[in-house]
Amino acid sequence: MNLLKEMASRDRVFDFMAPARSPVDVRHGPILYLEDVSVSFDGFRAINDLNLTIDDGELRCIIGPNGAGKTTMMDIITGKTRPDHGSVWFGSRHDLLTMNEPQIASLGIGRKFQKPTVFEALTVFENLELAMAADKRIWPTLTARLSGEARDRIDEVLVTIGLTGHRDRPAGILSHGQKQWLEIGMLLMQRPRLLLVDEPVAGMTEQEMERTAELLTGLAGKQSVVVVEHDMGFVRSIARTVTVLHQGSVLAEGSMDQVSSDPRVVEVYLGTESDNTEDARC
Amino acid sequence: MLASRSWLSRPLRERSTQIFLGVLLAALAVFTLLNLIVPAGHPLHVSTYTVTLLGKYLSFALLAVALDLVWGYLGILSLGHGAFFALGGYAMGMYLMRQIGDRGVYGDPVLPDFMVFLDWDSLPWYWHGFDMAWFALLMVLLAPGLLALVFGFLAFRSRVTGVYLSIITQALTFALMLAFFRNEMGFGGNNGLTDFKELLGYDLRSDATRLGLFLASGLALALGYVLCRAIVASKLGRVSMACRDAEARTRFLGYRVERVQLFVFVVSAMLAGVAGALYVPQVGIINPGEFSPIFSIEVVLWVALGGRGTLYGAVIGALVVNYAKTVFTGVMPEAWLFALGGLFVVVTVLLPKGVAGLLASLRRRRDDDASETPAQGASS
Amino acid sequence: MRTIRSLVQGLLCLIVVSLAAPAALAAPDDDGRALLEALDTDSYAAKGEAVTAIADSGHPQSRVWLEALLDGKLQRQEDGGRFVVVLANRGRHWPVRDALTDEDLGEMSRRDLDRIGINNALRGQLQNTLALLDLRAPAVSARREAARDLLGEVSPSMVEPLNGLVENEADDEVRRLLTQAIAIQRLERGDLEAVEALSGSLNTSVRSALSAAARSDDAALAEAATDALAGIEQKQKLNDGIQTLYFGLSLGSVLVLAAIGLAITFGVMGVINMAHGELIMLGAYTTWGMQQLLPGQPGLALLLSIPAGFLVAALAGIVIERSVIQFLKGRPLETLLATFGVSLILQQLVRTLISPLNRTVVSPEWMSGSLMINEGLSLTLNRLLVLGFALLVFAGLMLVMRRTRLGLEVRAVTQNRAMARSMGIRATRVDILTFALGSGVAGLAGVALSQLTNVGPNLGQNYIIDSFMVVVFGGVGNLWGTLVAGLSLGVINQVLEPWAGAVLAKILVLVFIILFIQKRPRGLFPQKGRAAEG
Repeated sequence: MNLLKEMASRDRVFDFMAPARSPVDVRHGPILYLEDVSVSFDGFRAINDLNLTIDDGELRCIIGPNGAGKTTMMDIITGKTRPDHGSVWFGSRHDLLTMNEPQIASLGIGRKFQKPTVFEALTVFENLELAMAADKRIWPTLTARLSGEARDRIDEVLVTIGLTGHRDRPAGILSHGQKQWLEIGMLLMQRPRLLLVDEPVAGMTEQEMERTAELLTGLAGKQSVVVVEHDMGFVRSIARTVTVLHQGSVLAEGSMDQVSSDPRVVEVYLGTESDNTEDARC
Repeated sequence: MLASRSWLSRPLRERSTQIFLGVLLAALAVFTLLNLIVPAGHPLHVSTYTVTLLGKYLSFALLAVALDLVWGYLGILSLGHGAFFALGGYAMGMYLMRQIGDRGVYGDPVLPDFMVFLDWDSLPWYWHGFDMAWFALLMVLLAPGLLALVFGFLAFRSRVTGVYLSIITQALTFALMLAFFRNEMGFGGNNGLTDFKELLGYDLRSDATRLGLFLASGLALALGYVLCRAIVASKLGRVSMACRDAEARTRFLGYRVERVQLFVFVVSAMLAGVAGALYVPQVGIINPGEFSPIFSIEVVLWVALGGRGTLYGAVIGALVVNYAKTVFTGVMPEAWLFALGGLFVVVTVLLPKGVAGLLASLRRRRDDDASETPAQGASS
Repeated sequence: MRTIRSLVQGLLCLIVVSLAAPAALAAPDDDGRALLEALDTDSYAAKGEAVTAIADSGHPQSRVWLEALLDGKLQRQEDGGRFVVVLANRGRHWPVRDALTDEDLGEMSRRDLDRIGINNALRGQLQNTLALLDLRAPAVSARREAARDLLGEVSPSMVEPLNGLVENEADDEVRRLLTQAIAIQRLERGDLEAVEALSGSLNTSVRSALSAAARSDDAALAEAATDALAGIEQKQKLNDGIQTLYFGLSLGSVLVLAAIGLAITFGVMGVINMAHGELIMLGAYTTWGMQQLLPGQPGLALLLSIPAGFLVAALAGIVIERSVIQFLKGRPLETLLATFGVSLILQQLVRTLISPLNRTVVSPEWMSGSLMINEGLSLTLNRLLVLGFALLVFAGLMLVMRRTRLGLEVRAVTQNRAMARSMGIRATRVDILTFALGSGVAGLAGVALSQLTNVGPNLGQNYIIDSFMVVVFGGVGNLWGTLVAGLSLGVINQVLEPWAGAVLAKILVLVFIILFIQKRPRGLFPQKGRAAEG
């Protein structure tokens, strides 16, 4: 509840979320640009000539049935998987295919995994400390001391994600939803330009979902956010533009209403809704 | 400069480190006094033999601490830490061989006995410099450090982790053992290096030197412990644990996981090398047996028994297992392997957190009983 | 009861009588006696004819007579008595046998015996005759051996009869060898055409004859011989290559056998079993034990050891799985440590209960000996059989994994334990069976290894690291990978050995694998895709 109040006063809440000065050049168009990307595993084409552009400050939802290539697409953007061909650009200056994960991360692309991954043995505070934007080379990390300013920032994020009460507890004892929140908090500490969020509300209660929705919509504008989600209700509540993936390429793009009235989408996606309850939990 | 002093001295302000150092230093003092002051024949007298034995245990304890740093905090189970230990030992052994001078059986002023025996007419290039103590001490750090650097660079860069890494570390030490068994390698082959006379001018057989080596081992353990503690308590230590628990997440936060791993691995290897260098003058020999995979995996048992991820647990484990080994092999050598094998099974199945974990859970239970609060499932 | 016994006794009597009858009823050997009488003459010419007559007679004892005659051991009792063969002519009384009936006649005083003497010419004739006699033996193998022995031993007088034999010989190999034998003789006399007949042969006698010819004064002959030698050299190299390949494959088959069980427990179940080597050792000791139970029948014992070794190791595996591994699910590093402890216990158990020393396991006759491909190349049978056995075990495992219910369930549990369980697969049972299967195969490896190396408490230790290397190199969870990796590592090792030495070759292979893992962390045949990311 505290959080909602915080949310209301945006100018105060979001000053710490202001993007760190990033070298990304977005003067000439989109912040993320995928062209003709393909990748296959053992002959199975997970991504098939995918083209996708995300504008700076946009909030984009990506939906699609299981196996449509949503997670693989994230793997490609973050450097975990290398595509067979195609190009992936961050702004107009950075070719992501020439970089590894930490380099991409320090450029300002943050990622939340499908399964919440936090450092269970460390406390909530320490989790956020590690995520904080800082010099992450060996020696500076070894000799690092926490400044008062940084401490304040961590505490602010703790308030935002509603985990102040769990500050010094090991992250391993948090509930599923709390872990999801902590992970989002860690992304915020990174001050990314682009946030990739994989199934943020999986396993969350209604209330937790609402909180998440507000946070994500609040982020858009300053940061670009890409959300992959199965939950149609959730997507409807936050989406401005929706992209439908099917068999590794874009099937349709537009507002939720446009997309859900597209007959092809109805056929491949909503059509499966009736016989595949796992795909559409709305 | 100020910053770096502060990260190193941070452990000295921790209560657990203070206790550990207090106990260790007190033990060193007590044994020294019992050896020097109490006359021989008195039941409380500690013989020089026992002192040397304890010195050997302490060098093993340092090796265990080094291993715990990588296994407990970085999640890398090295089954080849004996290799770093042995390399440090060989560096020290080479220095001690050069110190023999012309007092060997064949009386050659430069060549060690085994080279004369093999009909070699000159010193191999890699034996040069070992007549100087500072160079040998440098090599004690550099030889294992360099091996760890090259091996770790290759392994971590290609993200070899978990069981795969364990198995290839085992292959590494196995390959080195085979190599050092070869006479052509120039490290004394099967027999290794032995027959040492003196260290830095002190007679290795004198009681005073032996006591000195015991104290040096104790101090090295104290320093090694503080260094490891400092790393563990730093932000880098937390990043190591992050790598251990969720490697991919750490990478997506912008940390170069492979560099963190490499740094900690190399530090650990160098500590293992120091342990080896202290071990060799006390037992008077170094041979390829120290490279054997069995020895390395025994070190893992010390850490597992003591409780991994708690540096003091590694020390306890090393001391307890080695003391048991001394007793067992003296009384009934047949039973030692049964006991050792059984220990492996019991510790992994029944005591996954080792003695340290057992103590911690007992303490927690007592606290919980006292405060009547429900136990937190803090560790899963 | 009594009737049965008397019946048996009656039958036994019958058998004895019928066996003895032909010997007793045989007519006195008049022909043989006549042949021997002909030898008892003072004329060496007549003796020569008598020898020819004996050789042509086909009498069963003819070979014995001629050999004895050559050694001066064919003698006759004084005053025209029996012909005897002296077995040992030391001391005053010599043990003798009847030359005609081969009957043991006990000892006779040397003074009662007269030697049938020979001269040098007759000695030469006898040697030739004996050689030719073997060449007429009914068994092909005997003829081949005789022909091989003749290489470089042909005297000029033999050429003619040999030529006759070549024409009548049915077996190609014998004919080839005889032709070569004659050719060597011709070459020694400077016959240029003989070189052609000899080219390509790997026999040492042929090569020394050619080397001699290459040094001859006759330039044309020397050149031809040198060329022929070069050809032989090349063929020898090819042979050496095949030999290395064979040894490599043999070593590889051992590695495959040792590793394939591990590939199942490690690859399929994700269980690191450091006691795998000791399960191999148990298999080897089962063979030894079986031979102790069945003394004198090593072949039968070995065959019985195959199922027995499998069972013993599989049972041990089940005990290990139930007592240790099941408590360590999902903790591979702990499993590694615990099973290492088990391996120490098993080793010490064998040392205490049996002996710390190596035990010898006898190889049955059908496993010793070798298969001759050509004169420079023969493949030892035991290695060949182990190679075949390894392939058989591999094929069997493939079949189990691909075609049986167990294989299907194992693959299901591997891929998604919870899902498999919810579909009614009893995951625990599958675990036990998989582990038993992997362990049993280790036992089979032990049975095979007992034929190649010493059986001792350290047997398993020597193979455990190699086995892991094979599995890791081949790609975890891939049986084909294990096969290819095992065989290729074996070959690489053998190729390196000649110039690097055995120990260095092993080190190089280990370093190679360590580097290879850096390049391809998931082995030769990795599992790809999202599932593999784990």
